[in-house]
Amino acid sequence: MEQGHIKINIDGREIIAKEGQSIVQAARDNGIFIPTLCDFKSLQPAGTCRMCLVKVGERYVSACTTIVSQGMSVENESVELKENRKSLIEMLFVEGNHMCPSCEKSGNCQLQALAYRYQMTAPRYPFSFTQRKIDASLPYLVVEHNRCIQCLRCVRGVKAKDGHDIFGFIDRGGAIHISVDTTDTEAATEVIAQKAMDICPVGALIKKGGAYRVPIGERKYDNEVIGSDVEKERDKV
Amino acid sequence: MEQNPSLDSQVRQKVVQLTKFYQQDKTQLLAMLREIQSEFRMIPGPAIDYLAEELDIPRIQVEGTASFYHFFSSKNRGRYTVYMNTSATSEMAGAAAVMLAFEKAAGIKFGQTSENQQIGLFTTSCIGMCDQEPAALINDFVFTHLTPARVEEIVKVIKENGSLQSLIKSGEGKNSSALVSAEVKNNIRFKGPVFFTDYAPGEALKVAMESGSLEVIEAIRKSGLRGRGGAGFPTGQKWGSCRATDAESRYVICNVDEGEPGTFKDRVLLTERPELIFEGMIIAGYAIEAKQGIVYLRSEYSYLKKYLEQVLEGLRSQNLLGRRILKSRFSFDIQIKLGAGAYICGEESALIESAEGKRGQPRNRPPFPVVSGYLHQPTIVNNPETFGCAAKIILKGSDWFKKMGTSASSGVKLLSISGDCEKPGIYEVQWGHTVREILGFCGATEVLAVQVGGPSGNFLSEKEFDRKICYSDLSTGGAFTIFSKKRDLFSIIHNHMEFFTKETCGFCVPCRAGNTLLLKQLEKVMIGNGTALDLKKIEELGLLVKKASRCGLGQSSPNPLLTSLKNFPEIYQRVVRQDVDYMSQFNMEFATSDSAKVANRKPNLEIGD
Repeated sequence: MEQGHIKINIDGREIIAKEGQSIVQAARDNGIFIPTLCDFKSLQPAGTCRMCLVKVGERYVSACTTIVSQGMSVENESVELKENRKSLIEMLFVEGNHMCPSCEKSGNCQLQALAYRYQMTAPRYPFSFTQRKIDASLPYLVVEHNRCIQCLRCVRGVKAKDGHDIFGFIDRGGAIHISVDTTDTEAATEVIAQKAMDICPVGALIKKGGAYRVPIGERKYDNEVIGSDVEKERDKV
Repeated sequence: MEQNPSLDSQVRQKVVQLTKFYQQDKTQLLAMLREIQSEFRMIPGPAIDYLAEELDIPRIQVEGTASFYHFFSSKNRGRYTVYMNTSATSEMAGAAAVMLAFEKAAGIKFGQTSENQQIGLFTTSCIGMCDQEPAALINDFVFTHLTPARVEEIVKVIKENGSLQSLIKSGEGKNSSALVSAEVKNNIRFKGPVFFTDYAPGEALKVAMESGSLEVIEAIRKSGLRGRGGAGFPTGQKWGSCRATDAESRYVICNVDEGEPGTFKDRVLLTERPELIFEGMIIAGYAIEAKQGIVYLRSEYSYLKKYLEQVLEGLRSQNLLGRRILKSRFSFDIQIKLGAGAYICGEESALIESAEGKRGQPRNRPPFPVVSGYLHQPTIVNNPETFGCAAKIILKGSDWFKKMGTSASSGVKLLSISGDCEKPGIYEVQWGHTVREILGFCGATEVLAVQVGGPSGNFLSEKEFDRKICYSDLSTGGAFTIFSKKRDLFSIIHNHMEFFTKETCGFCVPCRAGNTLLLKQLEKVMIGNGTALDLKKIEELGLLVKKASRCGLGQSSPNPLLTSLKNFPEIYQRVVRQDVDYMSQFNMEFATSDSAKVANRKPNLEIGD
């Protein structure tokens, strides 16, 4: 084994991980999919969505915020955890107002795709029918709060040129929501709108114009199960 | 957007003055926002712009912080702002009648500010006065034992723009001193060997500095002292790990964000024994080689701030605090930082964020604060009671401490006893007493349930009254709340679940969405619309919230439901429908509750026979 590499075990399969990696990253490198909504590429993990809940020993942890350690044994695809993930997805569906058929992001939405992967038919919890705002005041960006899952990807990943924050969390508890600093001149740019839409896992941040350029039915998750791209790599590892 | 140019310039002037006073220190953002709220009775929009500009932090972050805390508001809350405590013990003591009296006298509803902006009525979570309810905060003055008649008197003075101080009755002990002058009682019922005995500041510190810093940590480790805030982490180990982390600076934080409904012992400790607590902090600072200590004081206890600052000044003048303590090379100072209303800030990493002037959201752990805490430096966060114990251990020895309590839980514990009993208040007891013994101490009879550890703890029924208060059985931060047989347990469980839905920070999904769903499910059962299936759903969802949540709040928030389901199944069985397997969520009474509200009636949530 190379220097800086360690062995961990996911669902009984031994894999090689790099020291300092999160469980999610190590799994992905080895063709194992652990679902995530808030975790995104090189962003500092937030741990808001809890989709990546795994069991390490007797403890339940979020795999995106937990760093691998030598000999770690991780339970990922157990019946229990799959059921928990499905429940968390359902919670998100009833908490906001997610009308997939009319959403510009349908087919590219990771919440929707995960709901398909975990075979959600209808949420088992009562809908909140909460009233949320749609902010279309910016020239290029629409903030559709009905669809926001407060994952913080935009807050962490879409910054002004000098690195300062444009997006942030406002309020707390059930009222918590992301907000764009509309007084910031960069918030009004097309570049920021595009970045925001690209980073948003759901349809909460939409760039104005061109929403249906790729027709529904031909979008990313219309024809492939989310995570299958990772799992395809498994045989190659 | 701002329509009032004179307000705008006043705000600007205030912000400039504040940022100058605090030397553009970003970690003092909460302190600045507190002063703005206090002066303008709100956080005006321009204040956020100017603060962002002067402190050079993104506007959205200032707004994020300002909107996180309960005592900050984007709307005017009135020259006199009433925060009525609506915790379960307050309701049990008659909060409803007091609130009606406030509404009647002020001519507005709770949640509103009068048109002339003279008075605002708001509710708030537990303010740490459970043994003297109903209680309220008005402009940081504490009012206890409120009655409708007294409310009339208070509102009259408010309408006349009078002095709240003139309404304050004399308090007990140090509460009556000039710098506190609060009408608060201490109600210290049992005085034990650790906290409420003779004490001379500085003696323990002298012993510590004669023995050496590593020896201090060793003595704490040997004493078996564990954290008194509720989590029970071994204190010596915490201090040892912090010291073992290489760093430029280290910090000692005293967690006085005593927000768990039912606990108020830190309030009494800080009132009557602040020197002992501070001495424990100084000893900790000496042990881990820190130079700075922070007392994070919850906003609800801000009435103690001036007094505590005077105590600190006294310690400085005795050379027990500040530069070159006891003429040694050890320097250590303590500052007080106030919160602004958020239960979550009792969680140590949320507290650290808040002390840094940010939203009080817990951090992902690891790294733990002992490795990366305040300003990312190694930090210990301990409860005041823990610091007090530590000082006494150093003075009297580990063995002295270890002889008290049980083998696995050494020393004493301060219990905050409230609810249905003759003598509510503070009890210093050794670990290991049974619940039944404690009920005897405080004169509680006809007891239906005891809640040990507040809403995040355990609901116990009579069958479990022989269990012991200790880390291996009923581990607790000290809240001991008694409910007699005349109480409706459902209303208490409901109160506690509402508390968690209000106090969740909202950061992670299971805690934010899950607690709201749990509350809904409970209401469905309470209005007689539940079946056995609903109880099963509550249990499943409760367990998921516990295991999937990111911090201790979510990991314990379903406890009122889960522990009452386990220990009081009969109350649930009494209300669930036995004749059907499934009921929809719809209920006529519940569905009309909004219109009931408009008609000024309380929605009828009682269950018919």
